[in-house]
Amino acid sequence: MGEIKLMKGNEAIAEAAIRVGCDAYFGYPITPQSEVMEYLAAEKPEERTGMVLLQAESEIGAINMIFGAASAGKKVMTSSSSPGISLMQECISYIAGAELPCVIVNVVRGGPGLGTIQPSQADYFQSVKGGGHGDYRLLVLAPDSVQEMSDHVKLGFDLAFKYRNPVMIQSDGVIGQMMEKVEFFDPIPRSTEIQPWATLGRKGMRKKNVITSLDLDPYQNEMHNHFLQEKYRKMEMDEVRFEEYNCEGKLDYLIVAYGCSARVSKKVIEYAKNEKGLNIGLLRPITLFPFPKLQIEKLSKNVKAILSVEMSAGQMIEDIKLTVGKGVRVEHYGRYGGVVHNPEDVWNGFKEIFLNE
Amino acid sequence: MTEELIIAGFGGQGVLSMGKILAYSGIMQDQEVSWMPAYGPEMRGGTANVTVIVSDQEISSPVLNRFDTAIILNQQSMDKFESAVKPGGTLIYDNNGILNHPTRKDIKIYCVEATDEANRMKSPRSFNMIVLGAYIKIKGFLKYENVISGLKKSLPERHHHTIPENEAGLKRGMDIVKEISI
Repeated sequence: MGEIKLMKGNEAIAEAAIRVGCDAYFGYPITPQSEVMEYLAAEKPEERTGMVLLQAESEIGAINMIFGAASAGKKVMTSSSSPGISLMQECISYIAGAELPCVIVNVVRGGPGLGTIQPSQADYFQSVKGGGHGDYRLLVLAPDSVQEMSDHVKLGFDLAFKYRNPVMIQSDGVIGQMMEKVEFFDPIPRSTEIQPWATLGRKGMRKKNVITSLDLDPYQNEMHNHFLQEKYRKMEMDEVRFEEYNCEGKLDYLIVAYGCSARVSKKVIEYAKNEKGLNIGLLRPITLFPFPKLQIEKLSKNVKAILSVEMSAGQMIEDIKLTVGKGVRVEHYGRYGGVVHNPEDVWNGFKEIFLNE
Repeated sequence: MTEELIIAGFGGQGVLSMGKILAYSGIMQDQEVSWMPAYGPEMRGGTANVTVIVSDQEISSPVLNRFDTAIILNQQSMDKFESAVKPGGTLIYDNNGILNHPTRKDIKIYCVEATDEANRMKSPRSFNMIVLGAYIKIKGFLKYENVISGLKKSLPERHHHTIPENEAGLKRGMDIVKEISI
């Protein structure tokens, strides 16, 4: 820890990648996350730590380079925004199937299709439910500040290697483009440790390592799937992360929101207290998968209703409804397609939905 | 203390860098800060704006639609943001190119003739420093020396020789800003 810097979220991601001892970053530019590679290029990571920085020919090229370098047990990372992340989905499924660690950052923009370059959170389904084919999960982190953009790169690599699983950092154009104070962790030297599962060429008589996501025998493949599912259940047991804000005492309502929407909601909580004397709590999932089910269920028991705030047409609300069942009223509010809801939008939405105003 | 501010004008007027200097100045006096630019079609259409928050407390929403202060540097921004100033808030504008002047009676309005003054000083690039000087004079919560350190932090070393010119702009802005009565 040391000096406090003023930085964009995207730049914090890049600086954290160098400090965490990343071996390589492969990427392709796209708004609103182009500053990640711009910052890396200006910083010359090959001189600072020996980290490789390579602009691939496309997002598909970048993610396949990640697949290759991760197979060698290296700490590797890419970042993109929604349309680019969609292009990567086939290979992300392969990486999950082959159980390789890596960190993928999605600075989400409005869709569908090329959509807009403005912020959005409408990639929740893609990140959380598995955007590619097959029964796999990503561990999904949702930073809500520039500080967390840095912290989650470090946490992301820890988790990726702990579970040999790809980690998705789902951010949005607001968090990527805004500048805030950030205090970085001390640099970690690049690892020289050889992963026992890595494919580095057989030197001497070491046993053969095979990295693949293909198994033609369905029974074998089912076994492999069982193993993956056990891993995901373990994540659900051990890796749930969340923030509770204003949740002490008697609550009238609960807002569930992550990333930029959680920040906006904190202001809404202030409005509700000042204008209507309402006490609203905020549960901010920091991990979108695993989802903080137990905490939401616990808080749901003592509130009139829950509002899911997300810059989408309503994606996370499905997980909240699955969590709390039919006994609790759950509603969604969100501007979408690239429009960022401001605190007044959300407060007016809240009043319209729950207070019939 | 929480100051929620928008600075809006044309691209090239130094709107974003003014915001950055303010954010750094806040850091210099141990405050929380956030800086959120418009980076989308607005920027590509020639207008630029940035929301800056400086506070003694943790900052909640970096996205706002009501502001304690609006610094307005062109007509489009006047049309868009005059109404976004909170009642009792402050509007500071440069009258250059403004045809429809502000009309609200429930806010304090100040004019700083920054474009004209920068030309008189034969230093057009000092434009945003003159505006910034006006702002820090009126709002008073940022200490002058912290603004200077903020300026140094936000300028790359290779531009540090421009600091005296920038300081001259700041001081001029502090001198020439005047309150307008509606």
